[in-house]
This record gives sequence, C-alpha cells and structure tokens, in this order.
Amino acid sequence: MTPLLSVQGITKRYGHHIGCADVSFDLYPGEVMGIVGESGSGKSTLLNCLAGHMTPDAGQVVFDTRADGPRDTVTMSEPARRMLGRTDWAFVHQNARDGLRMGVSAGGNVGERLMAVGARNYGDIRAQATDWLGRVEIDATRVDDRPTTFSGGMQQRLQIARNLVTGPRLVFMDEPTGGLDVSVQARLLDLLRGLVRDMGLSAIIVTHDLAVVRLLADRLMVMKSGHVVEAGLTDQVLDDPQHAYSQLLVSSVLQV
Amino acid sequence: MIDLNNVSKTFTLHNQGSAVIEVLNDVSLSVAAGECVALTGASGAGKSTLMRMIYGNYMAQAGEIRIGDVDLVQAEPREIIAVRREVLGYVSQFLRVVPRVQTLDVVAEPMRAVGVSADAAQARAQALLSQLNIPERLWTLSPTTFSGGEQQRVNIARGFAHAYPAMLLDEPTASLDATNREVVLTLIEEAKARGAAIIGIFHDEAARARVCDREIDVSRFTPGMAA
Repeated sequence: MTPLLSVQGITKRYGHHIGCADVSFDLYPGEVMGIVGESGSGKSTLLNCLAGHMTPDAGQVVFDTRADGPRDTVTMSEPARRMLGRTDWAFVHQNARDGLRMGVSAGGNVGERLMAVGARNYGDIRAQATDWLGRVEIDATRVDDRPTTFSGGMQQRLQIARNLVTGPRLVFMDEPTGGLDVSVQARLLDLLRGLVRDMGLSAIIVTHDLAVVRLLADRLMVMKSGHVVEAGLTDQVLDDPQHAYSQLLVSSVLQV
Repeated sequence: MIDLNNVSKTFTLHNQGSAVIEVLNDVSLSVAAGECVALTGASGAGKSTLMRMIYGNYMAQAGEIRIGDVDLVQAEPREIIAVRREVLGYVSQFLRVVPRVQTLDVVAEPMRAVGVSADAAQARAQALLSQLNIPERLWTLSPTTFSGGEQQRVNIARGFAHAYPAMLLDEPTASLDATNREVVLTLIEEAKARGAAIIGIFHDEAARARVCDREIDVSRFTPGMAA
C-alpha cells in the first residue's frame, strides 16, 4: 500500500533555535496519528510545515495526490499546494475564529469551500451546507446566523463542517478540543471519531491532552525540544512508555 | 495460533533513579486453535503483563510474539491495529469508551470495524446484550454510568461480538453473579468450539477447571520468583 503522506527529514529552524528537527514518518489511508508534547516542543511548527503553512528548511512531505500519485508538496507550485488545501486537505485550527469567516453566515462558511471547488448551484450548496450543519449537530435554523453569535463549541463544530464538506482525505488538527469545556469536548470527540470512521479519513492531531489521543489516535508521536523522542501504537506509548520524557509526560497526568 | 518464543520484558523507570525491573524472562508458549489456556501464578508474577504483551500493548525487549503469521514485536503500528481488528480480541477488566456513545453502538463497533452491515451488527449486539441480561431500557444509554457488573458484561459482549480467531480474557467472570457467570462460560465454550485460541486469567478456580485445557504457571518465567 502507498502511504497517503510520507514525511522525510522535516527540519525547521527559527534562527539558532530549533523548531523541529529531522522528523520522518509514513501515514497510511485511514490512520489517525497524534502528536503530543509540552508547549514549545515543536508540534505546531511540525504541523504547519506538513500542511504547507510554513516552508521547512529541509525535508520532504510527499502526498499521494488523486491525479498524479505521490508528489512532494514542499517543492510543488504555490497554486497546486493551495488547490490541495481546498480539496484533499483540511486544517482545523485550535481557535475556530482562525478557520472561519466571522462576518459570513454559518451556511456561507460551509458553502464557500464548496464554491472554491467549483459548486455553483445555490440550492445544492445550501442543501449540502444544511446537511453538514446537521451532521455536526448545529440546528438548521441557525444556518443564516453569523458565527459571532455561536458559542465556542458551536464555532469549533462549524469549523469542522466547513473543513470536511469537500470530502478531504487528510485532516490536520491543531488542539481541536483546546479551550472547550469537557462536556463539549466529549461531544466533539464522539463526532470526530464517527466522521473519521465513516469517511475513511486520515488525520494528524496535535494536542497536549493524552485522553484525546487515546480515544482518537491509532498512533502517537512524542516530541520534546523539536525532536521525536518516541513513536508507536498509541496505547503502547501511553501504557508502556520507553523514553524518559514520555514516562514523565504519562505519569504527570492528574487522575480524576 | 498464538506462539511466543523466548520473550523477555523489563521496565526501565527513567524518572525513578533509572531502576530496571525484570518482569519476565525467556517466555515460550503456544496455544492452538480451539484450545483455552489459563495463566496462573501469584499476584505480581506477571500474568497481566504477559497478557498485555500478547496484545501488543506492552513492548517486548526480546523474542517474538506471533499471532497467526504476524510477529507483534517487529510489526508496524498499522499491522498491530489490523491484527487487533480482525484476529485478536481482548476482554480487559475495565471498559473504556468514548463518553455519550450508546451501549448498542459500543458492542456493535468491533463488527462495524470489520465491515459487518449496520443492521447485522445491531442485531448481534442486541442478542448478546439480552443473553448477558442487560435490561433493554439501558441499551440506548452510555455504559459510563452503569454499575461495575453491568460494565463488565458490556465489555464481554463487545469482546465476543466479532468471532476473533484468537482471544485474551482478563478475569472475564470477576464481579459477575452465578447466572451471568454461566452465560460467560458458555460464550467461552462456544468460542472454543468454533476454533478460537484463548488465553485467560481466571481467579475463579471452578471456571478455570471447566473451560481451560491446561494451565501455564507464569512464575516460572519470573526472575527471582521461580520455585
């Protein structure tokens, strides 16, 4: 099987400071990978390099495109990369406001992504937008309301609907449950798990919440100071961590 | 079906003075299809550790752990996930689920994962839940609020939902009343009859005597505990 995403030696420096160093992994279709580590460990830098928001100083991010097979997205032309960002890729920001257009209605936010890939029939766009609001459990009567009138959890769900409406194959998520209260988190996790299973999505999830990765991720990478210190099956890394830092991370979780 | 060759396990506690604890040394065992083997030994002998290693949850330092034709010690995460989805079932002592998911879906999920249709999976889930005496009014609720015994039975229903060729059972009859214990033992006997290779930990001696074909004393693999 061809990996959906094959990452080789991704390195990003901020001057003398290391963002992330020499990260390599393969992600296969349908796999969900978690990246954990303390803040400043380089996990968001890595995610941004993978998603094309930042240019790495070295390394390759080879994505198995629908049309042309495996292509290095780092050296790809900007328009081609942007096209991927609208079609096969989705990016869920930690802060929903970064991923939504706050001055546009909820339906418009979802419809905009459809229009970006060529949808033109107003009725179809509105019907699909309404369908997706339902899937993320936003009441259809709110379709014409702006996200500014939504709660934080609703905004996050709207952002997910906007991202998934075009049927992407790879979703990047940066702390998707960060800043939400626990009951909303549980609902969002349940939703994400169902969507990942039903749509056969692959996903890379950056988080500092070990409970989130245990529920969502098949595989886990632990980062510290820009380096991957341990990687493996999620429950193996969490239950039998091998590296000193992973052991510290796992043993530091408060029991409820 | 399940074959272990010269498997060893140590825990290195980096943050506690780098203490190295040798837990299991040179374990070799093999369980054939249709056979049920009990792991025995005193508390702390490493029964659960061994079970978790066979599930790929704990890493082995040496040796090979073969489930069918896959060596879990060398396998990639996605290969282990595929083995767990299709070949190797595990009934742990504790139910761990996503909050809010209804009991029927919790039980049906392993079948959905191997491509059983939603209707067939629901039907099988309903049959198992009623066999294990979970009242129908609880089926649409999340099991997170259930009693210990109910959660254990949901866990068993989930574990037996898909006909895994190999199964690991960690105290499947603990915290069950006589009726439900009987149901679980019947499920184990049925699994054996269809050819599943089973490894179990049973503190319930009568249960062990009834379903297990032989016993393996784990303490003979435990450094410093061998007698």
